[in-house]
Amino acid sequence: MGTHNINFSEQFEFTGKVKTLSIVGIALGIAAIAYGFIAGDKVMHERTFANLLLMGYYFACVCMSGMFFLAVQFVAQAGWSASILRVPQAMAKTLPIAAVILVVIISAGLYTHNLYHHWNADGLTDPNSPNYDALIAGKSVFLNVPFFLGRQVLFLGVYSFFAIMFVKLSYNEDLAGGLNSYRKSFKNACIFLVIYGFTTPIFAFDTIMSLEAHWFSTMFGWYNFAAMWVSSLATIAIIIILLRRAGYMQWVNNSHLHNLGQFIFGFSIFWTYVWFAQFLLIYYANMPEETVYFYRRFEYYKFWFFLNLAMNFLAPVLLLMDRDNKRTDVRLLFVSIVVLLGHWVDYYQMIMPGAVEDGHNGFGIIEIGTALGFVGLFTFTVLTSLSKKPLIAKNHPLLQESLHHQL
Amino acid sequence: MSNIKYILGSFGDPDEMMHGIEKLQENNITIHDVYTPMPIHGIEAKLGVKRSRIDIAAFCFGITGTCAAFALIYFCAVIDWKVNIGGKPSFALPDFIPIMFELTVLFCAFGMVLTYYASTHLFPGRSPRVMDLRATDDRFVIAVDAQENVSHTVIDGLLKDAGALEVKYNERKYISYE
Repeated sequence: MGTHNINFSEQFEFTGKVKTLSIVGIALGIAAIAYGFIAGDKVMHERTFANLLLMGYYFACVCMSGMFFLAVQFVAQAGWSASILRVPQAMAKTLPIAAVILVVIISAGLYTHNLYHHWNADGLTDPNSPNYDALIAGKSVFLNVPFFLGRQVLFLGVYSFFAIMFVKLSYNEDLAGGLNSYRKSFKNACIFLVIYGFTTPIFAFDTIMSLEAHWFSTMFGWYNFAAMWVSSLATIAIIIILLRRAGYMQWVNNSHLHNLGQFIFGFSIFWTYVWFAQFLLIYYANMPEETVYFYRRFEYYKFWFFLNLAMNFLAPVLLLMDRDNKRTDVRLLFVSIVVLLGHWVDYYQMIMPGAVEDGHNGFGIIEIGTALGFVGLFTFTVLTSLSKKPLIAKNHPLLQESLHHQL
Repeated sequence: MSNIKYILGSFGDPDEMMHGIEKLQENNITIHDVYTPMPIHGIEAKLGVKRSRIDIAAFCFGITGTCAAFALIYFCAVIDWKVNIGGKPSFALPDFIPIMFELTVLFCAFGMVLTYYASTHLFPGRSPRVMDLRATDDRFVIAVDAQENVSHTVIDGLLKDAGALEVKYNERKYISYE
């Protein structure tokens, strides 16, 4: 396709079936959560909270990694992605909303003792109490409610700050042109990546690993980072493919899809690498305080344990290895959806055994409903922000390279 | 029949060379190959070069490596000399995986290098076969098989029209044979 017939002010219109469906999704989600809180007993409450945490975390992580994608493109001075940057930008713009939702879920869970009850319950740090737990008391310098919440707010706040700044710089570039915005974005992307690299493991330790506060793994941070990054890449691919099918973004060609496919393929393997590194060390050393994590998953969540590997490793490796599969939008779309669902399973078996102690393998209305609700919310918020501005950053200095991208 | 084997059009500019390819193709003259000092976008599609099958070769080498590693460890650790490591069964698959992975990478890498050498006739100690030495420096060279395409004057004219700085008639396929 020639570049002369590109409409540089093409804008996405968020109306019709997609909008209705996303609102229906949100409504279903609210209904499922309400059902979990009203109808259920203590286990149901814990399960609902665990599901809220799962989807809140997933939502925030996908948006955060959309931001990370932007920063990586700027630091690498990547040209191929210049014409698709508005999609991750829309995700980054949604990050503040996702951050607020996650912080609300976490604080509600903390103060009702439904989440994080391993380290946040009465008497755990009091030597005179019957509940006293020496391990938790030793960790309480780091794992205490004010510091914990403070870290959450600080990390999500800093990410959101950078997210909004990048989006603003790009909009300014649309109006003013020139290289100023690009240079500023480059500089801030460097700063952001350093901060992000050091803080995401801590963010994952806090939000997910502290659900089972006795257990620890230094691989856990990178394991989570890989999960959030690859699921975000899959989301970007899905949004772009669906937009292209709806008649938008016709400048996106097979080579762009190929690049996204390579990213998904590569980082799925990276995810497996980190997952396996964590698993192998624990398996090999066979120390009780570490094996307890996999014991619980293998004993009560065996199906999910293997489903996780099948969806996040076997599916992308076997289906995306071929060049043609990365370049064909139906196949890439299929694998992206599998990977996205796969990382739900991944988070599910990270969170559930620690957060819901008495009921195992809970899967039903609450899980499906909450997931649908957050998918609806994500679609609604991201597409709303996507529809506000043109779908192409017309003054991006590397735009021509992206429009002529060919592999 | 003359002794001329190949006609080489030597261009100083890649765009002119691309234009030359088009001209020759319009006149149904088959191009033997094109030699350039740097990669040129879209030239494979223009020349109709078939997709490289090195990825299939890589996959086969990789799978060979995986199987070789598995066979080796299985023989050592399960059949020949069982060692009790932390009370684990001797056939402990997770322990095998890092070595299987490493040998997959090793076989794949070595296999691909050898495949590349074999397909390009490049071996250590062997002087490379080049049709025109300046194609490795600053010239973009189109090679036409002179035996198949008999109208040499037409080819000469087309190449010069397209902007060839020089047209050579080689009686040997490779000038730098030894």
